[in-house]
Amino acid sequence: MIEVLDLHKTLGTQEVLCGVNLKVTSGHTHVILGRSGSGKSVLLKHLVGLFQPDAGRVLIDGENIAVLHERQLGPIRKKVGILFQSGALFDSMNVGENIAFPLRESGIKDEAVIRAKVAEALEMVDLAGEEEKTPDNLSGGMRKRVGLARTIVSRPACILYDEPTTGLDPIATDSINHLIRRLQKRLKATSVVVTHDMKTAFHTADRIAFLHEGRIYFEGTPEELRVSTDPLLVNFIEGRSGESD
Amino acid sequence: MFPAIFQAVGSRAIGLLRYVGQLAFLVRETAISIHVAPMRWALLFKQIAEIGFRSQLVVVVTGAFTGAVFSAQTFFQFHRLGMDSAVGAVVAVSLFRELGPVLTALMLSGRVGASIAAEIGTMKVTEQIEALRSIGVHPIDYLIVPRILALLISTPLLVAECIGLGIGAGYLVATKVLGVSRAYYMTNMLAFTTGRDIKMALIKGMAFAGLIGFIACEEGLKTANGAAGVGRAPTQAVVIASLVILISNFFLSFLLNIFFPAGSY
Repeated sequence: MIEVLDLHKTLGTQEVLCGVNLKVTSGHTHVILGRSGSGKSVLLKHLVGLFQPDAGRVLIDGENIAVLHERQLGPIRKKVGILFQSGALFDSMNVGENIAFPLRESGIKDEAVIRAKVAEALEMVDLAGEEEKTPDNLSGGMRKRVGLARTIVSRPACILYDEPTTGLDPIATDSINHLIRRLQKRLKATSVVVTHDMKTAFHTADRIAFLHEGRIYFEGTPEELRVSTDPLLVNFIEGRSGESD
Repeated sequence: MFPAIFQAVGSRAIGLLRYVGQLAFLVRETAISIHVAPMRWALLFKQIAEIGFRSQLVVVVTGAFTGAVFSAQTFFQFHRLGMDSAVGAVVAVSLFRELGPVLTALMLSGRVGASIAAEIGTMKVTEQIEALRSIGVHPIDYLIVPRILALLISTPLLVAECIGLGIGAGYLVATKVLGVSRAYYMTNMLAFTTGRDIKMALIKGMAFAGLIGFIACEEGLKTANGAAGVGRAPTQAVVIASLVILISNFFLSFLLNIFFPAGSY
């Protein structure tokens, strides 16, 4: 469903991605690991056309979206939804209006249908009945859940998660991890999760890619990563910086 | 020393050209959006209420007190020459051709320009604009077009309101406080004020509305660096818009005077 071929991107003077190749199979959850600043989020945003690559191709169902203009990306963005790191809720709208927004934009006018779909999306993220709350009254975890409800309400075939557990406490992190897994089973959506949290990676992944110095350094199953003896991977998995006191 | 000066001047000139280019690109994108995207009427009316209706107090106060004090100062000078009856004409023509449009635009750049830059800038740094794009909504269609159109519709009306209040307040001060004859005041004001003055005021209002809107939107859209960037965006929007209004007013006055010459009565 998603294929990235020889992707290059420079931001400012720094070459963030230098020849990334990645294939994400339909219906699977693919986790992209990497240190902070390694370009994981930049790579993820290329998958929904939020960034234009300097070179390379991004294929969604065989269509190269790297050459499409902003106005041509509409149909692709109906197929691929993204959960932003901060939730990116519209602060001028309440929870219900945030979730209804993609439905209204897709042309649905029937308020009863919109209300039912919003309620169903909120139920899926365990926030049933919270339509009237405003974003500033939500905790970090709730904001991400509402952001996720807004992403899934129009049933995209692929869901991208940008650091879904960053900034959350361990209980909320575990809850989001279960939610990602549960949604993947219920919606049968292809998922790409960008994270540096090993617990999230091992809990949610069917396959894991490790991004290092702008390239995919490792790609395999969670088990293959777990048994790897590569010092770079071992240090990352075990959270060792290599520094001493 | 000279190479350093040339380098500094050249760098500023390139920066200015780049900024003008970015503004031109935004104008082009907005024109395309108006042409190809469906109009979001609810957003447009909301922005007209926000930009036009809620700016009235500041415009009314500015117009009324400027008209009043301008009338008084004109009287103090003209009275020594025995030209009391010319006060109304001077106040009206000045308000129509210069003071009304410029003062309204400066007040709007402070109230509306700052607000637009801050709102769009906050949306930019909190990924809300990327969220719009990810849903398939073009930010120009959703954020820029309603604000620009609301400014283009509201500003000429606010300019008219400012001028009307200014003339009214000037009339009251001149006739009720300073003892100018009502008949002379009105006769001379109507004799020297023509439809050309009204057209000039409204055209200037439209031009300044576009400048305020595009500069504020551009400053909002290019906001970066979190809270510091959001703090900087409105300041930049107000400073740049105010300077551009004052400078462009000079050239607009000469240009428009070709089409709408002053003093023909």
